[in-house]
Formats: sequence, structure tokens, C-alpha cells
Amino acid sequence: MTTAVLVKEHPLDRLIRDDRMPHIWCPGCGIGIVMRCFAKAILESGIPEANHIVVSGIGCTGRVAGYMDLDSYHTTHGRPIPFATGLKLANPDLMVTVFSGDGDLSAIGGNHLIHAARRNVDLKIVCVNNFNYGMTGGQFGPTTPCGARSTTSPYGNAEQPFNLPYLLAAAGASFVSRWTTIHIRQIQEDILFTFNKPGFTFIEVLAPCPIGFGKSNNIPDGVTEMKLYRERCVVDPNVAMADLEIDLREERPIYVGRMVDRDLTPYRPVRLEGAS
Amino acid sequence: MADRRILTGQHFMNGDHACAEGALAAGCRFFAGYPITPSTEVAERLSLRMPEVEGVYIQMEDELASMAAILGASSAGLRSMTATSGPGFSLMMENIGLGVMMEIPCVVVNIQRGSPSTGLPTAPGQSDVMQARWGSHGDYEIVAYAPESPQEIFDLTVHCFNVADRYRTPALLMSDEVVGHMVERVIIPTLDEIPIWERKRPSKSPNGPFKPFEALDPDLVPPMAYAGEGHHIHISGLTHDERGYPDLTPENHHRLVTRLVNKINKNADDLIKTEEQYLDDARIVVISFGATARSARRAVVEARQEGIPAGFLRLISLWPFPESLIREIARDADAFVVAEMNLGQMAHEVQRHVSQPVEGVFHAGGAMMRPGPILETIREVSTSDNGRTR
Repeated sequence: MTTAVLVKEHPLDRLIRDDRMPHIWCPGCGIGIVMRCFAKAILESGIPEANHIVVSGIGCTGRVAGYMDLDSYHTTHGRPIPFATGLKLANPDLMVTVFSGDGDLSAIGGNHLIHAARRNVDLKIVCVNNFNYGMTGGQFGPTTPCGARSTTSPYGNAEQPFNLPYLLAAAGASFVSRWTTIHIRQIQEDILFTFNKPGFTFIEVLAPCPIGFGKSNNIPDGVTEMKLYRERCVVDPNVAMADLEIDLREERPIYVGRMVDRDLTPYRPVRLEGAS
Repeated sequence: MADRRILTGQHFMNGDHACAEGALAAGCRFFAGYPITPSTEVAERLSLRMPEVEGVYIQMEDELASMAAILGASSAGLRSMTATSGPGFSLMMENIGLGVMMEIPCVVVNIQRGSPSTGLPTAPGQSDVMQARWGSHGDYEIVAYAPESPQEIFDLTVHCFNVADRYRTPALLMSDEVVGHMVERVIIPTLDEIPIWERKRPSKSPNGPFKPFEALDPDLVPPMAYAGEGHHIHISGLTHDERGYPDLTPENHHRLVTRLVNKINKNADDLIKTEEQYLDDARIVVISFGATARSARRAVVEARQEGIPAGFLRLISLWPFPESLIREIARDADAFVVAEMNLGQMAHEVQRHVSQPVEGVFHAGGAMMRPGPILETIREVSTSDNGRTR
């Protein structure tokens, strides 16, 4: 006979603002999985919680800043990276994570993304890619596969999507990896790894958005997309960057793994010897 | 090594450089910007000087990023500034609104040029003064100052930092190409002589509950906690409650926006700055600001030499607008003359508060306005039916 065991605390309670629950995310959404990995990595990091800062932009993933019980900034659409750049340079002791979505970071914030990578500012980026603008109800964006349907591409998306790891590798990031929401251990390990990796780091996590993206593209629920990831994901850090393109609707591999891990000099403001 | 934080002494420098030195004297230690004429010398000077004081100079990819970066740096506790001109000022509007909503102190310098659009990159204008007031979306109040000389750019840059910190607001320094590029004597005082208004900070320890938007004082300004102090603050551009949590109800939205507006309006007396000359017997009141004020003052002096009872009011603060003062002056005035390097932006604001005729001396910009056209308008007003002086 089984007995119910009631616990008063969840190990992640201290990092979650439970007075903000329930959250706004839809059934089947993958953002919460990534947030949990982030919270666990923070607990394991050994870095005082007060030093962990989360900066988000606008969109579903942008709401992470409001749910983490850390000093957190929910900024304007596309601008979390420059806001975080100011925070980090003003107080280099802070561990600043930018947690936001593919639309926020690579569409409206795309210029900031590549320039922060080029400068190699010491920021930790977690980019949840759900292939569409979810918050506004499922429009196509810069990561939407060509041909995919959305509320603003009813005849199929006419644009080519970004291959984000390729973009970030070319822009100069110190670390680039890609996982999906079935890779919870790897996500957590990589977030923890990047806390100790100086410079601009970028982790892309492919995540289901059944309400915004899936419903129009024959992926009816989150579980179906998770199964799709399990069937098609191939861990191959040495894959050619160009092959990191994704089309969920085609029977082809989705390559994941750590694509870039290199030691580059992180950005430091100019200092003079002997300055007062 | 001499104290590089402040270059105490007499200098012969342009307004842009004086702005940079004012920022450093005020303790600004973070500058993010994007080169744009005619403000570039502010950035150039700070790229040279920030490393001397262990401050940060960072050149961002655009003005959207520059504005966001100074809000981030200020949130970590540094006095922060950016400098730009019209086209960049337009891009900054988005995050000036974020600064208002998040109540983050910062200073935005606009060395105005002829506009709209690319306009006159190397020539002056004063046509961003209404954008300064209304440019970001939504209801808000802003503070903006208009210097007329390199010395005053120095002084008002310091003042902008103080106002920004005291009221937790972006403060705008609305200069123009004439003053920015004008070279004059600038006297930089000692560090002790620089007035510093501190930011209001939490009195509670980081262990106690702290509500980052709880404004209990009559000035309606909540204390500001910095990132990394352990207060677990959430700061959002969404309509939020006193805890910083999103609360999108109409009641809360009205309460928040009203407080943000009243925070400036109810402290207007502390923010407004004007210069008044010859107003005691003035029947014709000439109003101007920035570079144009120099010509307007000259025109008033010459008019008085001709026996015309003209007086002079210089707007040092554009926003908040000194409306009570102008209504008071209007009690004994027959007419107003407003001289500005735009097609009537502040004249319209003056007209809102007085019943007398407001005659404009307007030019779309491109060159310093001379005293002649202003004097001519004063003469015309003094002989017309509206000017009852004859």
C-alpha cells in the first residue's frame, strides 16, 4: 500500500517566486523545463544567490525574470542584452544571465545579439527557441522554418530562418551549444559550465510551443514534439555548422551538442595603469 | 598625479567637452553611446577621460543599445550617461520610457541639430524640445534643461545627475550645436564645490521584505536598491505593484502612472530653473532658451535702449515648464515674444498659459539666430494694437 508523503518545501522554492504562481505558460510549453534547469544550475553553482541577476526581454520566455526569486529585470523587447551589458560592466562581480526567447533575442534584438557576441561581453545567454512569436498568438519569426504555417504565414512562411548556433559562432561567442527540452541534464550542465566560462556564452534550447507553433504544423501537443526530439536528435558537436538548420516537419536529424567552446579574451573596459 | 576626477581650474573648451567634464565631476562612471554629429565630442572626450577615473566608456551598436546600457549600469549603482543628437534621440525614446517606468536615474544629452530626419547634421536646431517632452509613448513627465553656454553645459550636466538621482528619472540635457561647438571660458570648481544629491536608498537590510516601488515619502520617490544587494527585487516595464510584480488592473495602472507623473509635477518648484531680467517694468516679455537666448537677451537690451519696456525670461528648465511663473509675469504684460530655432514649439506652450498675444520669432534651424529679427519683432509688437505701450 502506498502512502502519500507531503513535503512542505520543494528544493527549488527558494529560487521561485511562488506568489507569482500560476504562471502564464500554456499546457505543453517547454519554457518551464528550461527555467528549472537554470534554477538547479544556480543552486549548484556555489555563487551566492544575491550575485545571480536575470535579465529578460519581452515574450513568453521573457517572463522568466519575473518568476525567479533573484534580482531580475524585465526590460523592453529586444533590449535585455544591452541592458545586461550595462549591469555587468558596472558591477563585474555579478553573474548576469539573459534569459529570453528567439524572437526577442534574434529578431528585434538581433543587432545587439551579434554585437555582444563580437565584443565577447561576459554574459550568459539562454535562448529558448520555440520557432514562433508565442506571446502574440503564433506569428512567424526569424527561426520559423521556411514553409511553416503561422497566424501571419497562412500560406506557409516565405522566409529562410536563422541557424542560431552558426550565427553566434560566426559573431564571436566563446561558447555555443544547442539542446532541446528532452536534454534536461545537458541544459543544466551547460548552464553551470557557462557560469565558469568567461565571455559571451549562448545556449539555444529548442522547446515545444503546441499552442503557438505546433497547432498549425501537425505537432498537436508538447508530448508529440518531445517525442520528435527524441527520435531525431543527434548529438554531434563536430557537425558542420550549416547542417544545424532545423525543419521540424522534415524527416531529417536535428543536431545538438556543444558546438563552440573556445578561449577568447572577454570584453573589458579600457583601463590605465596607475589611474586614480 | 593630479586628481583626474575633476579638472579644477579655468579652461577654454567647447560645450561638448564641458558636458563630458561636468559628467565626470558629478561622478558619472559609465558612458554608453553611438557617434553622432554634433554630439560626438562628448563621446570622444569621455573615451579619453573615463579610463583615467576607472570609469566605463563603451561604444554600443546603436542608440537603442546605448540607452538600454545606461539603464543597466545605473541599476547596478553607477551614475550613467549617453549623448546623442536628433536621429539617435528618436531611437532612445523607447528606453527613456523604460527608464521612466522602472524609475532608473540617468542623463541623456541631446546636442540638437536641424531636423527632421537626417536634416542638418552639422548645423544647429532646437526642434527636439517637444520630442523631449512627449517622445516616448504614454503619459509621463520628464525633466529637461537647456544650457546657453559651455559653462552652463558643465553646470547643468552636474545638475541633471542630481535631479535624476533625487527623483529617480531620466534627465535630459537639451543643448544645441551652437553651444556644443562653441568655445568659451569654463571654470571648473573643486570637487568639494560640486553639489551632489544622493539617491534615496533602502533603509531595510536585504533580509527584510523590501518593496522596490513603495513610495512612502511625500516626494513620491521610492528608495532604489541595486542589483546584487540581496533584496530580490523584480523590476519590470510592465505595469507593476509596489513589489514590482505585474498588476495589469486598471486601478493599479492609474495609480502607478499618476504617481510617476505627480512625482515630477508636485516637485516642480525644485526642478524649475529660469533666468529673469528687466521683468519689473516689462510690458513685452521675450522668452527664449539655449543658444537663441543669447541673441534674445541682446535684442531685449537694445529694445530697452530704444525706450521699449521689454523684459527677458530665459527657460533654463524646459520641462517642467514654468507655467505659474509665466502666468504671474503675464499679469503686467501686454504681449509675449518667443524666439526659438524651430517653428513654434515652445511658443505654443507659452500660449497655453497666457491670454495675451504670443508673437514668434521662428527659424527651422541651420544657423544661430541673430538679435536683429528678434529686435524687429519686439518693435513691431510694441507699436501694434496688441502692444499697448504707445
